[in-house]
Amino acid sequence: MKIIIILIIISLLVAISFLVAFLWAVKSGQFDDRYTPSVRVLFDEEKKSDNNKL
Amino acid sequence: MSDKKAYINEQVICYHCGDTCKDKTVGKEEKYFCCMGCKIVFEILEENKLCKYYDFEKSPGISPAVRSESKYSYMEDEQTAGQILDFSGDDINTVTFLIPQMHCSSCIWLLENINKLNSGIISSRVNFLQKKLSLKFLNDKTSLKEISELLDSIGYEPLINLESVEKKKKSNYNKKLYYKIGVAGFAAGNIMLFSFPEYLGLDRNLDGVFGSFFGYLNLLISIPVLLYSASVYYIPAIKALRKRAINIDFPISLGIFVLFLRSAYEILTQSGAGYSDSLTMLVFLLLVGKIFQNKTYDALNFERTYKSYFPLSVAIIKSGIETTIPLSKLKKGDRIIVRNGELIPADSILFKGDGNIDYGFVTGESIPVNKILGEIVYAGGKQYGGAIELEVLKDVSQSYLTQLWNNDTFTKKEDKNVSWFSNIVGKYFTVVVLLIANISTIIWLNINPVVALSVFTAVLIVACPCAIALAIPFTLGNALRNYGKEKFYLKNINTIERLARTDTIVFDKTGTITQSGNSSVSFIGEPLDELEKSLVKSISRHSTHPLSRRVYLEYQDCEHFEISNLKEHSGKGISGNILISRVALGSYGFVTGKEKTDKYSEDDKSSKVYFSINDRLRGVFSINNSYRKGLKEVIEKLEKDFELHLLSGDNENEKPHLSKIFKNNSLLHFKQSPEDKLNYILRLQADGKRVLMIGDGLNDAGAIKQSDVGISVSEDISGFSPSCDGILDSEKFSKLPEMILYSKTSMKIIYLSFIFSVLYNIVGLYFAVNGLLSPLFAAVLMPVSSVSVVLFCVIVSNFMAKKKLGKIRFNNVL
Repeated sequence: MKIIIILIIISLLVAISFLVAFLWAVKSGQFDDRYTPSVRVLFDEEKKSDNNKL
Repeated sequence: MSDKKAYINEQVICYHCGDTCKDKTVGKEEKYFCCMGCKIVFEILEENKLCKYYDFEKSPGISPAVRSESKYSYMEDEQTAGQILDFSGDDINTVTFLIPQMHCSSCIWLLENINKLNSGIISSRVNFLQKKLSLKFLNDKTSLKEISELLDSIGYEPLINLESVEKKKKSNYNKKLYYKIGVAGFAAGNIMLFSFPEYLGLDRNLDGVFGSFFGYLNLLISIPVLLYSASVYYIPAIKALRKRAINIDFPISLGIFVLFLRSAYEILTQSGAGYSDSLTMLVFLLLVGKIFQNKTYDALNFERTYKSYFPLSVAIIKSGIETTIPLSKLKKGDRIIVRNGELIPADSILFKGDGNIDYGFVTGESIPVNKILGEIVYAGGKQYGGAIELEVLKDVSQSYLTQLWNNDTFTKKEDKNVSWFSNIVGKYFTVVVLLIANISTIIWLNINPVVALSVFTAVLIVACPCAIALAIPFTLGNALRNYGKEKFYLKNINTIERLARTDTIVFDKTGTITQSGNSSVSFIGEPLDELEKSLVKSISRHSTHPLSRRVYLEYQDCEHFEISNLKEHSGKGISGNILISRVALGSYGFVTGKEKTDKYSEDDKSSKVYFSINDRLRGVFSINNSYRKGLKEVIEKLEKDFELHLLSGDNENEKPHLSKIFKNNSLLHFKQSPEDKLNYILRLQADGKRVLMIGDGLNDAGAIKQSDVGISVSEDISGFSPSCDGILDSEKFSKLPEMILYSKTSMKIIYLSFIFSVLYNIVGLYFAVNGLLSPLFAAVLMPVSSVSVVLFCVIVSNFMAKKKLGKIRFNNVL
């Protein structure tokens, strides 16, 4: 049963890695603008639109 | 197809900007435009294969403003350019422009593809909510001036002013709060998982090792929550204590600390499982509330001073040569040039040119006033027409308008942002809780001294006013959003609380209860011929009275004659000789010389301007007053609960009409200067009144700032408004009474939820003083009480918003 202690420590490390990922995301500005990316993702790549016209 | 269109007489919509076209004269390949400006933008985009712009939204464009050649020439000055740039390197420069015109996804697409119009631009990025465009460009290929001119030419005029340069890189969103909530959420989730054996009573069945292992782990994880995440409560609590006051943060901090200490004691002595789960969950929920209440309108600016409107630099003439200098270096006696659409930066004397100045920024009335040589022009006016030369009379900060900002009201830093209710609660709550804790401890010392300390801590833990600390941010944060959907944008949640406590409302007249540029002029009498129209134009052009100026606007396209023997009687009328005729324009008494009013005055809904030629009454201009829709109803509703005042910068000739709307005539004041308005608010406050000021122009800025709640009514919310607590879209003016009532309702919801949380606390206290508070019970009671209070607040608040403010629409992106 003592193996559980090791498993729990591993699970905690995984959780900490997610926390670090979140803190990094905030720091790098991913939460700065919560609207524009939602519009930007709908714009086609430029090459595609040229092909469509042809 | 197009013939059929014309046959049905369908309105032609401009393909670029969506305005109605007068006719089909400006067109190209079945696409029609309202003006040449729009067509030029379309052609630029077509030439560069950017017509996808028109695919995302229908008619997304902005009609470009007419611009003078040298509008951006000040950017050539290296020092000025350096102020505007974010970063200036050897090859690459970066700059961030504020572009208020940005309004749809087409705008985002075009601005992010701007490099197709100027190959010197390497990258462009839009932040739509803040209406900002960040650009990187190559130094040797293009310049700041070229880019600004390009943006301007396609309708996206970058807003550059003194303030945007002085206060750069000020981000109003709080990254630290996100870090803190991340840490607290991580801790709360993990500790709850590790507490499951305890909840289910498993740890007693397993080896004793597990119980203590989980305990130590929980304690370890909760340390960053105690020291880092919860610090947002300690700092205000300590600040208040230094001022010898107790606010709501104090009992919360106390509860958090006692929770931790007791947990640490239990875990380290192995006498119990501790309350780490309750502690972290509590901090997490409180921080969620803090995030929720921090709803900000990025695109709006509530902190404006005159600096937000003043240009960065000004063109001066020095020994015959025109140069550009920064505004801060402008001195008395300098000769400056102000061009079409530019702002006059300091009080000056008109030296050369034809002054046609719009004081819309200052008074809210945007009809241009004519100024002749030698007259004083005040800072804040905008010149329309040809360029004028001025000689500066006063420093920028000492001008009539700007000296208002030297007043104490603007220099002292006032703490308007403290919640009144939560501080009252905090104070009494803390006293009562400490009393209960001490009394129950003394009683337990006599019965069973062993448990006395645990009872003391249990009381402090249970009594932590977390439910009320959640009710306020959630109710008011929710109300703030509901207001936003109704186009009433408030600075922060404390504004709602102060709004609910006001008992006096002061209105500004021009631009606030009147609508600028929406009045209609009709002539009663024999129709005027062309010559007579020119006479009207020539005389009204010189008048300073708003009504005559309105008449002037109607005939400004007519021919203009020189005028002699010009006399203006303030508030009465204006007269003069034109050609061979004597012409008078003004009130009935002034024009005819008779006292009694005549047949034209029967209908009293409009203001009248009488017109005579050679002392013969020629007719009357009837000007429909431009009061906002529903003003009468708004005043009627508000008069029940509030004392209403009116402060107007204009003269008294609207008084008869206004006194029909406002019941208490003695509270209508005219000819008020910006300082008068400010002092009036101060006097009201000295009488113990809590004042709501509703204004619009910079001349109200002092009064709005000084009042308990200052609201600015604006036709264009992202455009112009003075520093204020809230901005109301003028189209929603008629809903003002309901909006104010909703703030009172919101406060009632908070009082109710406060009663709920007190009930929860009493239940908890019962268990605590009896020494029965188990960690499991605390872990259940705390989230249940918090979540139920939050749900209650949000649901009731939304329900009342629907009832009071009408159906809520969800299409307003801000």
